[in-house]
Amino acid sequence: MTAHNRRPLPKRSLVWLSVIVVALAAPLVFRSDTALNIGILLLLYATLAQAWNILGGLAGQISFGNAVFFGIGAYTSTVLLVRAGVSPWLGMLAGAALALVVALLVGFPMFRLGGHYFAIATIALGEIASTIVTNWDAVGGATGIVIPLVRDAQGQPSDSWRMLQFNQSRLPYYYLALVLLALTTLVTALILRSKLGYYLRAIRNDQQAARALGVAVLRYKLAAIALSAIFTAIAGTLYAQYLLYIDPETTMRLDLSVLAALIAILGGVGTVAGPLIGAAVMVPMSELTRAFLGGGGNAIDLLLYGGLIVLISLFEPQGLIGIGRRFRRSPRSQPVAVEPAPVSSSEEAH
Amino acid sequence: MELTNVLQALVNGLLIGMVYALISVGLTLIFGLMEIVNFAHGDLLMLAMYAAFWASVLVHLDPVFSWPLVVVGLGLLGIVIFHLVIAPILRAPMLAQIFATFGLGLFLRGLAQFLWKADFRTIDHPLLGQVAGGTLQLGSLFIGLPQLAAAVMAALAFGLLWLFINRTRVGLALQAVAEDRATAGLVGIDSRRMFALGWAIGGGCVGLAGAALASFYPVSPTVGVLFGLMSYFVVALGGFGSVPGALLAGLLVGLVQELSPALLGVPPSYKYAVVFGLYLLVVLVRPQGLLGRF
Repeated sequence: MTAHNRRPLPKRSLVWLSVIVVALAAPLVFRSDTALNIGILLLLYATLAQAWNILGGLAGQISFGNAVFFGIGAYTSTVLLVRAGVSPWLGMLAGAALALVVALLVGFPMFRLGGHYFAIATIALGEIASTIVTNWDAVGGATGIVIPLVRDAQGQPSDSWRMLQFNQSRLPYYYLALVLLALTTLVTALILRSKLGYYLRAIRNDQQAARALGVAVLRYKLAAIALSAIFTAIAGTLYAQYLLYIDPETTMRLDLSVLAALIAILGGVGTVAGPLIGAAVMVPMSELTRAFLGGGGNAIDLLLYGGLIVLISLFEPQGLIGIGRRFRRSPRSQPVAVEPAPVSSSEEAH
Repeated sequence: MELTNVLQALVNGLLIGMVYALISVGLTLIFGLMEIVNFAHGDLLMLAMYAAFWASVLVHLDPVFSWPLVVVGLGLLGIVIFHLVIAPILRAPMLAQIFATFGLGLFLRGLAQFLWKADFRTIDHPLLGQVAGGTLQLGSLFIGLPQLAAAVMAALAFGLLWLFINRTRVGLALQAVAEDRATAGLVGIDSRRMFALGWAIGGGCVGLAGAALASFYPVSPTVGVLFGLMSYFVVALGGFGSVPGALLAGLLVGLVQELSPALLGVPPSYKYAVVFGLYLLVVLVRPQGLLGRF
């Protein structure tokens, strides 16, 4: 957002390096199934949030429909696998390609809409997609699809890299998710430093002005949604292979789209680290409250993170990352607000 | 496709459309005033339905009698929400505004589920369901009495709101603030008060809709999600900030939802998807919605 993103500090690289080391070592230290499950979900949700961040944070196009891309990724690889025995690796590519095509087809007309109209249009799109999948028997309808276990010669569930399935130890899922997150984060960081990043920020801050200066607004918005869709779809395939079961309820619903956005917002939108921080706080919190405060759907997790989101929006609109900055930076280099307020500054007129 | 079916769908569509319009009017009013979309709107409706439900279960007050209480209660809640959550973010980035109200919605939904469980609850013997068996028969058409009452109440509320906005000094002040806050300030209108009033009216309308719905629609913590979504579509379809637009779009959405299975043979499970599709279609042709501001 501001100058410090482009000025590599040794301290900054050190922080990133230690994050990577911790992420690599964590599953070797915390060895329980519960911890591994939380770790894998954390990485997958962080990927969703980071991918959302490219579209919603960098380009300022608020999407509540990213679950569509996630669902496309999950369903494409799973249907190809179950119907035709295609390896999920190829399915992953096919899913990403399909998500890309859908993103461009959808983005082309919808990027004419501004602000709230766009956000609501993405909700509409997501609901249409989930209705279609729920009523489409060829892809399992409302009941979904079970991915058959890979078995060895003795008929025991086994591992297979070719089939992207690991039944003896779930550890490979963790590292695959970590690679995907690292890739998504790297791309986000590269965009921020590239021309594309400047164009996207210009579009986010003032689309009219950007257009007047000759920025090809539609083209760069399409680039943002394309990247967002591709990474989200790949995460979808990985999620399907991890759970070995997909249905419209878990892969395509509005809540998932919202969650991707919430995590990014919570951490700090439009920054590289924000979505990671958001996921690192939100996912364990939600899993642990669910585990310890009774999983019987008493919704304490919903209460907590609803409240947290309100508080963050009220007091630190830049997200958790903004709290850290308050302590570290002098007032002079405080990052500027993400966007100008849509409300006119005549607020104090009375 | 029989004529009776089509007529029946027409009637059902108009009835539910009036309820959609009533739910949406507060949303559009609030947006017109302060350019904030309240993403917790559906959850306020949920609270209103619970209020009517508990009034009936705990103190045996049927929604027919409890609705004024629910309207006042939700109106007050609207004012509280304005002061606690909305006032601090009036000039915040759009993102912060969206997520403050979104978070509020999640919080209310979580609260409802925490306090009252995820169960679907219905009022056992609503008064309107007992009068004449709960249905009017006109030839071969059946009209649910609770649904009819809801639509009539909605129509009355729209009439009153129209009179209030256009025929009273306060209503004109409301319009002035929506038109130009700074200029309204110059002639001595306190825009913050008008904002709070907008939230009170929005809450009150949702309260009325919730009390009316409680007689014939099961209550659950997530009941607001669908109605909330519908109200966003109605508001965007009618044009953000337009009260007549909300009425028109509400009726349109109700009619499309009910008529598409009867006329076009769309499977009933797709009826909401058709509404969402309609929204996309309209908004892509007319990005500003059907009607302008009020």
